[in-house]
Amino acid sequence: MLAELKKAIGVAAWFMFLTLPILAVKVNAIEQTVAWRWTNLALVGGAAFLLTLVGAFFVRYRPQLTTHWPDLSGLGLARFKGWLLALIALFAAVFPALFSSYQINIMTSALMYAVLGLGLNIVVGLAGLLDLGYVAFYAVGAYSYALLNYHFGLGFWGCLPIGGVLAALFGIVLGFPVLRLRGDYLAIVTLGFGEIIRLVLENWNAFSFGPSGIANIPRPGLFGLALPVDEAICYTYYLVLLLGLLTIFVVNRLRDSRIGRAWIALREDEIACQAMGIDKTRTKLTAFALGASWAGLVGVMFAAKTTFINPASFTFQESAIILAIVVLGGMGSTVGVVIAALIFILLPEYLRAFADYRMLLFGAIMVGGMVFRPQGIIGNVRRSYKFPEQGTGHD
Amino acid sequence: MEYFLELFFSGLTRGSIYALIALGYTMVYGIIGLINFAHGEIYMIGAFTALIAASLLTIWGVNQIAVLVLSGLAAMVWAAAYGFTVEKIAYRPLRHAPRLSPLISAIGMSIFLQNYVLLSQTPDFVPFPALIPDFPWLEPYRSIIGSSDLIILVSTAVVMVLLTMLIKYTRIGKAMRATAQDKQMALLLGIDVNRVVSLTFVLGSALAAIGGVLIASHIGQINFAIGFLAGIKAFTAAVLGGIGSVPGAVLGSLLLGWTESFATGYISSDYEDVFAFALLVLVLIFRPAGLLGRRHNQKV
Repeated sequence: MLAELKKAIGVAAWFMFLTLPILAVKVNAIEQTVAWRWTNLALVGGAAFLLTLVGAFFVRYRPQLTTHWPDLSGLGLARFKGWLLALIALFAAVFPALFSSYQINIMTSALMYAVLGLGLNIVVGLAGLLDLGYVAFYAVGAYSYALLNYHFGLGFWGCLPIGGVLAALFGIVLGFPVLRLRGDYLAIVTLGFGEIIRLVLENWNAFSFGPSGIANIPRPGLFGLALPVDEAICYTYYLVLLLGLLTIFVVNRLRDSRIGRAWIALREDEIACQAMGIDKTRTKLTAFALGASWAGLVGVMFAAKTTFINPASFTFQESAIILAIVVLGGMGSTVGVVIAALIFILLPEYLRAFADYRMLLFGAIMVGGMVFRPQGIIGNVRRSYKFPEQGTGHD
Repeated sequence: MEYFLELFFSGLTRGSIYALIALGYTMVYGIIGLINFAHGEIYMIGAFTALIAASLLTIWGVNQIAVLVLSGLAAMVWAAAYGFTVEKIAYRPLRHAPRLSPLISAIGMSIFLQNYVLLSQTPDFVPFPALIPDFPWLEPYRSIIGSSDLIILVSTAVVMVLLTMLIKYTRIGKAMRATAQDKQMALLLGIDVNRVVSLTFVLGSALAAIGGVLIASHIGQINFAIGFLAGIKAFTAAVLGGIGSVPGAVLGSLLLGWTESFATGYISSDYEDVFAFALLVLVLIFRPAGLLGRRHNQKV
């Protein structure tokens, strides 16, 4: 026990030293004054001390703790799955009637992130290609609607498929050169690609109106009917919900299809996969194109929802958030990704007190999630053939 | 001609700064095969620490040379401490996890550190004092090369030589090379791999801090977000030269510096960052192993 106390004191001292210049000292160079914020330092020291002690406690008593953990699998939760799904569906359907437009807007963006997450899940989770520039395809979708509408007056429904197809084309354009690259190089090239798209949008004023963006993008219409704002928000919510359901359906079917199996095989072992006669080029390109097309669709919806877009909505941070949703939700797991998207987007909105600390916590959760639960909220269960049990009573 | 020389030297200065950051990337990648996404943030923290130390010392009335040296040292010490801690918290537990996990943890760390500085200091750009004095004897050449450029070039060159000697001729350098070649074997031969990894992070972070102090004092302002772009570009440089190779990182950085400098000087300054990324994409397509990198054949 004494050793653990000593260690905790050491850790606390180390963190107080670490945060001394940036957290504790604030210098105003113009007025030549120094603010010493000792309370911050004391808080960091105290927190580090307590966390280390708690950590030590867990390490010491983990065997006892795990044996007392109730075994939930025996309860047969699967029996309630249908009811649970029905309840969720009911809640989703009546959501706009129960809550204000503000809440509906937040839920709509959470659902958008869920769809983005599912799209990226195809590329990262299934095919194992780390894409850090996913937001570029999202931007392609949003800008294709905004620009086509501005120049040619094309409506939402006309632009939706165009946005998806254009994003898929961009996916293939990006996919071709990077086919030969390994995991982390691929990550950096896609990141570079995402930044190039954003920088071009920011600087090519004649094409994209630069940083000032495009305003007055029409909301989606219902058979040519322009809806009042509140109803349009409701309507957008249902559209995104529908898109979400469609995505879940398509992604699930894709995963169990021939091409989905090929993606998973590619993720697990590229060489073995080629040796089994899978066309690597085609498999990778379809993953890129299909993943990107979802981003394009959501991009069009995003432009229609906010009625204003500019390049600042498509920074690397967005890509990182979507990636975090996929990874922390559980790579390859549909339910996990949806849950993670809802948690990550809804929680900060309702914890307004923590609004300033939102991104700080976000970063911490990404690190903590990786360290303590690398498989995500819902780990992906590998499909496998179960051999019938032999010689256990049944014959 | 004068314009060409000006661009040449500004590219060289840029390249030197990239080199100081790129070395941290390349050493870490060489040893544990991880893209340390938070490295740019370490560089930013180095610059902030130097700013705080320099302002404090100036208020206390220390003379200018001492301010430069002491704040530079403070930046190195704290950046190294941050690098060490980041590795211990975010990367070490994931040493044997799938490849993507540490990368994502690194991205999380980078977001965390940015917001940590944003919340505890300021979201705005803050002026950085010109720590480097003006040399009167450089006056005639002012339009081509400034005194801070000169200091940056000289200090980068000195650091490179010291680092190369450390890696080539010391015991710990030998241990680092052994770990980079084969971690398991190094462990079997009695090398404390964890210590080597920690040391690599400490070294790389201190180098990044030097880069941070020099460039901040050259440009004259910093904010919490400077690390991201600098980090990406330095990574580009490291990949360009062949990641894992120390001379490669320097060569790649200089090439990148010149590319940016000449492209913005002769073509257009709006697309400064696009040139860097385009160069990265082109290199990876045509020569994925980089200029000085060795091509590894994948074996089954």
